[in-house]
Amino acid sequence: MFAFCTDPSTLDTARWMACYLTTGVHMSFYGSFLTVLLLLAITAPVALAFGFGAAIVARSHILPISWIGKSYIALVRGVPDIAFFLFFVIALDQAIEFARHKALCPDWDQPIRQGSDFVVCQAAKVPLSSAPQWVHETYSFSLAVLTFAIVFGAFAANVLYGAMRAVPRAQLETAEAYGMTRRQTFWRVLVPQMWVFALPGLSNLWMVLIKATPLLFLLGVEDIVYWARELGGTKTPRFTEYPHGDWRMWYFLVLLIFYLAFTRVSEVVLGRVMQKLTRGQATAGGEAQRRAAA
Amino acid sequence: MKKIILTTTALALTAGMAMADSHAKTIRMGTEGAYPPYNFINDSGEVDGFERELGDELCVRAELTCEWVKNDWDSIIPNLVSSNYDTIMAGMSITDERDEVIDFTQDYFPPTASAYVGAAEGIDVSTAVIAAQTATIQAGYVAQSGATLVEFATPEETVAAVRNGEADAVFADKDYLAPLVEESAGALMFVGEEVPLGGGVGMGLRESDTDLKEKFDAAITAMKADGSLNALLIKWFGEGTITY
Repeated sequence: MFAFCTDPSTLDTARWMACYLTTGVHMSFYGSFLTVLLLLAITAPVALAFGFGAAIVARSHILPISWIGKSYIALVRGVPDIAFFLFFVIALDQAIEFARHKALCPDWDQPIRQGSDFVVCQAAKVPLSSAPQWVHETYSFSLAVLTFAIVFGAFAANVLYGAMRAVPRAQLETAEAYGMTRRQTFWRVLVPQMWVFALPGLSNLWMVLIKATPLLFLLGVEDIVYWARELGGTKTPRFTEYPHGDWRMWYFLVLLIFYLAFTRVSEVVLGRVMQKLTRGQATAGGEAQRRAAA
Repeated sequence: MKKIILTTTALALTAGMAMADSHAKTIRMGTEGAYPPYNFINDSGEVDGFERELGDELCVRAELTCEWVKNDWDSIIPNLVSSNYDTIMAGMSITDERDEVIDFTQDYFPPTASAYVGAAEGIDVSTAVIAAQTATIQAGYVAQSGATLVEFATPEETVAAVRNGEADAVFADKDYLAPLVEESAGALMFVGEEVPLGGGVGMGLRESDTDLKEKFDAAITAMKADGSLNALLIKWFGEGTITY
């Protein structure tokens, strides 16, 4: 990066560090922080949408439909994350390629499953094998978002399902007494009031999600923990310009600070949101706010 | 006008796809990137090492366009059979168990010794606590040897376990351990006997991918014949290494 970096072994500590911390691998390390933040920023709303949808489906008065929602929640919550991330993603990827294969290569004569191999025609590959690396990365990133959303969506669904049932029955009866339809009761009375019950559970999920990103590397997306482990590992002079011992402790210390800071920011933000949601609610918190104001 | 543009794009797209099927296929080479000198990530963040250089040369000889992909060791075989990349060059020893799931080319690294490295002399490797990487032939060997096996996800962690006393010794390919012992200034040393394990290191491919296997096999044969593979072996593993 800097002009004086040509021969690091001759540099003093400060300059050596300056060179060391700006190598290509370190740039990838810094980039991975953005990857993780981006993943969280996209996954959280998508997972919430999944959860909301599943909770609505699970509450359905039509029995088979509610079974669909309930079995999604039960299945995904029951399967260990790591198994889900190893096998579901591969299965999803194969399903997409299988569908494209059927559409694009009708005159393909070989079987798609050959023993344990999964072989589709080149044109059906997602992304095409000749596509540049960033396309491959974006694709696996999207698969990661979707998988995270499905997993955390199931947990969120359970939280929201519980929150919807926690809204006082009297509120809904009042709405009905005013002549609101079921749909109106749901959107105007139930949904606005359930968030205050859902938030503690959801904030828990968010904290777990923040720390679940190392699962990303199973999908080929390099996250901060992967890089910290890779960069902190012992480097012998034969393979690098910057040999050092086992520095994983320092790298993980940086991650620790990052995660703690992130958790703190989340707590502050969630606390504010909670304050806002509590306003005017028929809960102990809402009552306390009313008294304080009066 | 709009229609014409649409038709042309559609045509161009179909043409591009037909091309992709005939010859423009890029061979994606999967590796772990954490096992120097076989494969590692260099200072600029690229895959480097013996296998990188060998793989690039093989691709030139087989007239293929290749691209390197990093993948976790744990999921390296599932992702190969699922066609997320086309080859594995990750210091993977040829074993019967793996051969049932995937295919191997002939070995490009001769069957070598695995060795124990400990932090002190006089460790009895048949009863001690031994660290090894998960899902390697070394881990399988330790499990059968009667020693207590502790498994780690990456090679780096196995060595770190010895340094911090969590394990008495680490069991891994000798070529991976040798530079570490050399650099440790006496903190690490070889203990016990060397053990010949596995059938050499080969390139892993899907069983259905016979064409590609033939191409790479031919290229490896050629490199063995003209001595360029030996030159690479000496370059990355030092003068004392076994050659063909």
